[in-house]
Amino acid sequence: MAATAMGIEEALLLHLQSHAAIVDSGDWAARSSFDHGAVMDVIKSLQGSGFVEAQSIKRNSWILTAEGELYAVRGSPEFQVFQAVPPEGISRVELEKKLEASVFKIGTGKAMKNKWLESLKGGTLLRKVQGVTDEVKLQLLEIRDGQHVEVPDNAITDLKNRKLIESRTWVGYSLKKGPKYAPKRVKPATDLTREILQSGEWKEREFKPYNYKALGQPTEGGHLHPLLKVRTQFRSIFLEMGFEEMPTNNFVESSFWNFDVLFQPQMHPARDSHDTFFLKAPARTHKLPEDYLERVRRTHEEGGYGSIGYGYDWKRDEAEKNLLRTHTTAVSSRMLYKLAQDKFVPKRYFSIDRVFRNEAVDRTHLAEFHQIEGLVCDRGLTLGDLIGVLNDFFSRLGIKKLRFKPAYNPYTEPSMEIFSYHETLKKWVEVGNSGMFRPEMLQPMGLPADVSVIAWGLSLERPTMILYGIDNIRDLFGHKVDLKLIKSNPICRLGIH
Amino acid sequence: MPTVSVGRDRLFAALEQTYSEAEFDELCFEFGIELDDVTTEKAIVRKEKHLDHEEDEDEDEEIIYKIDVPANRYDLLCLEGIARALRIFGQKQSVPTFSCKSSLTHSYQRMVVKPETALIRPFVVCAVLRGVTFNESRYNSFIDLQDKLHQNLCRKRTLVAIGTHDLDTLQGPFTYEALPPADINFVPLKQRKEFNAAELMEFYKSDMKLKKFLNIIESSLVYPVLYDSKRRVLSLPPIINGAHSAITLKTRNIFIECTATDLTKAKIVLNTMVTMFSQYSTPQFEVEPVEVVSPDGRSNLYPDLSVRSLEVDVSSINGLIGVSLQAQEMAELLNRMQLSATVKSDAKLKVLVPPTRSDILHACDVAEDVAIAYGYNNIVRTVPTSYTQGKQQPLNHFSDLVRSEIAMAGFTEVVTWILGSHHENFAMVNREDNGKTAVIVGNPRTSEFEVVRSSLLPGILKTVGHNKDSPRPIKLFEVSDIVRLDTEKDVGAANHRHLAALYCNLNSGFEVIHGLVDRLMEIVGVPVVEFDENTQSYSDNGYYITPSQEPEFFTGRQANIMFKGSCIGNFGIVHPEVMQRFDITDPCSAVEMILEPFLSG
Repeated sequence: MAATAMGIEEALLLHLQSHAAIVDSGDWAARSSFDHGAVMDVIKSLQGSGFVEAQSIKRNSWILTAEGELYAVRGSPEFQVFQAVPPEGISRVELEKKLEASVFKIGTGKAMKNKWLESLKGGTLLRKVQGVTDEVKLQLLEIRDGQHVEVPDNAITDLKNRKLIESRTWVGYSLKKGPKYAPKRVKPATDLTREILQSGEWKEREFKPYNYKALGQPTEGGHLHPLLKVRTQFRSIFLEMGFEEMPTNNFVESSFWNFDVLFQPQMHPARDSHDTFFLKAPARTHKLPEDYLERVRRTHEEGGYGSIGYGYDWKRDEAEKNLLRTHTTAVSSRMLYKLAQDKFVPKRYFSIDRVFRNEAVDRTHLAEFHQIEGLVCDRGLTLGDLIGVLNDFFSRLGIKKLRFKPAYNPYTEPSMEIFSYHETLKKWVEVGNSGMFRPEMLQPMGLPADVSVIAWGLSLERPTMILYGIDNIRDLFGHKVDLKLIKSNPICRLGIH
Repeated sequence: MPTVSVGRDRLFAALEQTYSEAEFDELCFEFGIELDDVTTEKAIVRKEKHLDHEEDEDEDEEIIYKIDVPANRYDLLCLEGIARALRIFGQKQSVPTFSCKSSLTHSYQRMVVKPETALIRPFVVCAVLRGVTFNESRYNSFIDLQDKLHQNLCRKRTLVAIGTHDLDTLQGPFTYEALPPADINFVPLKQRKEFNAAELMEFYKSDMKLKKFLNIIESSLVYPVLYDSKRRVLSLPPIINGAHSAITLKTRNIFIECTATDLTKAKIVLNTMVTMFSQYSTPQFEVEPVEVVSPDGRSNLYPDLSVRSLEVDVSSINGLIGVSLQAQEMAELLNRMQLSATVKSDAKLKVLVPPTRSDILHACDVAEDVAIAYGYNNIVRTVPTSYTQGKQQPLNHFSDLVRSEIAMAGFTEVVTWILGSHHENFAMVNREDNGKTAVIVGNPRTSEFEVVRSSLLPGILKTVGHNKDSPRPIKLFEVSDIVRLDTEKDVGAANHRHLAALYCNLNSGFEVIHGLVDRLMEIVGVPVVEFDENTQSYSDNGYYITPSQEPEFFTGRQANIMFKGSCIGNFGIVHPEVMQRFDITDPCSAVEMILEPFLSG
């Protein structure tokens, strides 16, 4: 019985070589001692490749139910009841004790109905006839043997109603040679292997059609993080625009460089511990440029350089407090100070690096993020220059429509928030901040009076989240990231135009 | 950025014009404030109580505009100020002139400052508004402005605290004193019972609104207090006013006192109060000064409503903005920004800065106002023309090349947080804090932000722990900065560029990580050197590995990476205890090393 599909296929093709057809696959399977189901599978496969032409044939037949099977062996319940009634008769109570409950229940009624038994007063059952033939059992046996044609239709109906038999559709094939018939089938190759190539077999061998709907095999190799892919594009945009990268690898900064030199007063809200991470270790900065510090102090307290200052008591103690830089502008101020100490030359600087804010975190804000910053330092720069540079920068990001809103920032004046028109949201959204550094910041550094600085900043995370359709920043940045997201995402096309 | 809530209809009435929401939004944008939200009183309450909307949506409910104003514009912290600024911007009115009642016709109130106040809150400035007519909305606006000032400029009452009183209930002269808490007795605002100040501090510890101000004076031996001539308490700044002199809707004459630790700010706060609300006094915009006598006997009159005069150069403002305005045009633009300007002969403008505009520190602030009134979006775009060259930081350029190579070697990049818990930076990787390694945050909000990482490994391990279902092998890397304490640096700490990589699979993959180290050395052009049996040493012109004993790695399966005679990193099988703490169930190997030594090639 357990012939392989290969064996069945060989036998079948061989049979068709000498015979015109196989009229009934069921008969053929039975004669060849194959399982009909396995034969059917082989026929389907051969038909698919044109080796045979097959017509399905269907036959209705009957099979016994579990109950039918039981009666075919033990006799029908009515027969069993009849046999259990002795010639002298028996009380119902006694009869019930001799039989299975279901047999008693079904058989008694049927036997009475067949007029095999009669019931006397007082519940005694007597045989009404001497002998009976168990037709039901005989019919069941015939049906089991596939000889149902011998059973009269009304008997079939009766057995069906008694749920002793049920119908089943038998399916098989009638088949003959197909257009591609050959006594033996060679399976089509799935791939051009070294063996097929080198043996020359590829010339004759049939190849299995390729499934064009399936995906290919995933590539191997590693992946760069999408946030840094976007960083790379921003870096190239700055480099193409002639900007020089600032060294931002100093997360720990003093309040002096982070706030004071930016003319940010010491009681400014941004300097609150609610917004800034101050440090326990190293708590203080032990070296500050003394003459510059003195100029910064004076500018805060009493102004100078055309300013009236803030008029408060500036404390060195506050300036020495260390923190995690709240913006990369802390680095910009170090760079501009350095530029003022050397011989001044026009500069364009940029940086993209981590900054820290001690603020509540949510779906779009973390305590750390990447700030993108650009600045131009030159003689005689104008607000028009800032607007022009911003238009150039943002148009490289594909953002053509900009407008500017007056804003406040302690170290820039004039200050402008940058808005771009969001085509899908149909409204103006803020995309960055910008301004011209205040003279109170630049002059104490020692930069020439006609030198001004235009600068702007934005975060790296926000454009990345928009580009990659991410709505929770933790899905992008940090250890809760899903590695699938890092592995499966498009290149960043920012700056390709 | 402070947000001011104003009734839309009241605002439009004050502006004598109605706008559609889009039109008003546009006006705000141009002027430099922002219509942040449009809501109703009920919606605000619902939001506070986290209720879903709509049970009693009322068509007639007053619409509230929430307007964001710049943090340095205290004159825009109330409806009166916003309306006045927009009216002047729209040329519907001119800049008001504030005046002080003459001492010839009025005898001024006097405030005498006692020397003890220097111990706790040394300054006080005062003013009187007479003939004020309040109604409910004006009264609410008056209270809201004090709240807004307390929140912002007054730094939650630490720098300045405002007290306002019904002058008709009081009798001058007043004194500003500092007394032991037990000696101060009065009935505070909204209470019936008399407290001494010590009891009161205890009482307010359960007051949600006031308890946050208690620490400003709590530890002091003396508390600041203001009395009238009949020893009635005006206020116990910066905590609470007395009930006796409370302002009501019927109050006509208002006494305003601002006590402070910062005199400049106190003057600005007082000026803001009187310039805003003298709008409702009689005569309008007239303020009655108060004489404040210092402990040294010197006497000053407040408020100082003097107009500061500033001379600006027309051409330098044109140059800063990038426009070429005539002096007269520029003066007209400035008038729209509340800065009265007159043209002087030599292409200069004389600009008068009113007491409301304490934000004007420098000519650049005047230039900004010219630019705003001109319209930022009307300025012609230009570009700077100086020649500069693009240039990358060598360390970043180098790091990017290394990152690509490691990704090509089959590792996937992660970007983890620089801040983390002390526990994960040390104990979880079997390391002890010797106090000389990591930067420690002084004020972390949660344990997530206690330490600046001194190694990349914990971040990578956390990532693996959070990606349990990721198919094996997991191959991760990060090239980023860690920070270590460093006494050589001005700030006492220095960044270092590290590479960390990790392999996690059914087996440890120790050789995979070893192979990555070899590959890294190959790409940076450093050959492996072998042990010289003759000299019993390694040569210095390459790298080699030696057994190590680092606590985060498994004993006997870990190595030092040696380069130019020093150890630049380690790799090994991650210690099973460490993996357990990071909730990692499959074996891992990892490497962490410093990249800077390879920068110069």
